[in-house]
Amino acid sequence: MGSQDVVKLLGVEVSPVSRRVEWALKLKGVDYEYIEEDIFNKSSLLLELNPVHKKVPVLVHGPKAMAESLVILEYIDETWRQNPLLPQDPYERAKARFWARFADEKLLRVAWSALCSLGEEKEKKLKLAVEAAEKIEEEIKGKKFFSGERIGYLDIAMGWMVRWLPVWEEVGSMQIVDPVNFPATKAWMKEFLNHPVIKDNLPPTEKLVLYLHRRSKMLSSNPRG
Amino acid sequence: MSNEVVLLDFWASMFGMRIRIALAEKGVKYEHREEDLRNKSDLLLKMNPIHKKIPVLIHNGKPVCESLIIVEYIDEVWKDKCPLLPSDPYQRAQARFWADFVDKKVYEVFKGVWLMWAKKGEEHEAAKKEFFEIFKILEGELGDKPYFGGETFGFVDISFITFYSWFHAYETFGKFSIEAECPKIIAWVKRCMQKESVAKTLPDQKKILEYAVQLRKRFGLE
Repeated sequence: MGSQDVVKLLGVEVSPVSRRVEWALKLKGVDYEYIEEDIFNKSSLLLELNPVHKKVPVLVHGPKAMAESLVILEYIDETWRQNPLLPQDPYERAKARFWARFADEKLLRVAWSALCSLGEEKEKKLKLAVEAAEKIEEEIKGKKFFSGERIGYLDIAMGWMVRWLPVWEEVGSMQIVDPVNFPATKAWMKEFLNHPVIKDNLPPTEKLVLYLHRRSKMLSSNPRG
Repeated sequence: MSNEVVLLDFWASMFGMRIRIALAEKGVKYEHREEDLRNKSDLLLKMNPIHKKIPVLIHNGKPVCESLIIVEYIDEVWKDKCPLLPSDPYQRAQARFWADFVDKKVYEVFKGVWLMWAKKGEEHEAAKKEFFEIFKILEGELGDKPYFGGETFGFVDISFITFYSWFHAYETFGKFSIEAECPKIIAWVKRCMQKESVAKTLPDQKKILEYAVQLRKRFGLE
């Protein structure tokens, strides 16, 4: 299977994780066909290509399909060697993988959960999210990007923070990453947002807000979700 | 260059076992340090300040954390012997996907049964159903291959085989038989247990059961 084979990406515009794959493909200069999935009505194609999790993103390269955004990022890095996303050194690679996982499990998932919670439950999750953000703040201090001078794997993994997090904070009436306590994170967010590949490749805030309201309406009329 | 390798571990941890297997496969000499999880060492807290958990691999003084990340690290550093991941990027993506599945889903359903096995009726049945749903998916992925990795024992096999040491404990308390529901998984287990690295690493299932009983008493789950 050559790197010349057709590349397709099944994604959802409002998904924080499917966007990562687009950023990676664009940074590598890889042409791909984007297929927007209806998050409320999954296509038979998606269910066929990712029967295990039934989620986006799914990358299709020639005849082969793969799922899980961080797994896909590594595949992209190994298949198209220009503009490497992960560091070369095994120890640095392990660190990058560690932080990507940490941010996904302890910040992204928890912030989303806080958004979807109320009262005491929400307060608890908010506190955990802030604790996780504090650890990430320490990690980005003194660096332009998480990956150093150039944008890389870990920046892509954290990139949801520049568009999705502020919207979740606003819609959820909660603050996780405030400018006073998180100057380094805010500085990184600005750098990331200004990157030519990123700035033209973000969902409009209004679309995210609309999606969240629609989802919340659906869940309140069907609590089983 | 010195090659000092230290593993902070706990004998009953399925995550720690993964590292022991990987190091054994590669023939790496290392110092094994057993942690008391109720009284964690300063070294552990210093080397893994974020999660404060084992396993931690300390290589020439530098810590690597999270078991699957450690296994990949081991594979990349000691790359001349016994590859644990395939060389083809797509095969690697599949291996990572399934190891991630084991980490998330197998662990989740183990936890589900752990919490439910003292309960009866509907809740117990629901936990048992989910448990076997996940195992059946894995059985499907294994198919007719000798190992998840294909012809050779690899990353996904390492990620899953360590749960075997806890099977007897879960079967005892959950009152079910994994072999009855998923014979292919047990056949795969027996194949893996023929490997020295696996057989020498996995603790005796009866010891795990004893430990599990103690744990449940301690957490008031009995």
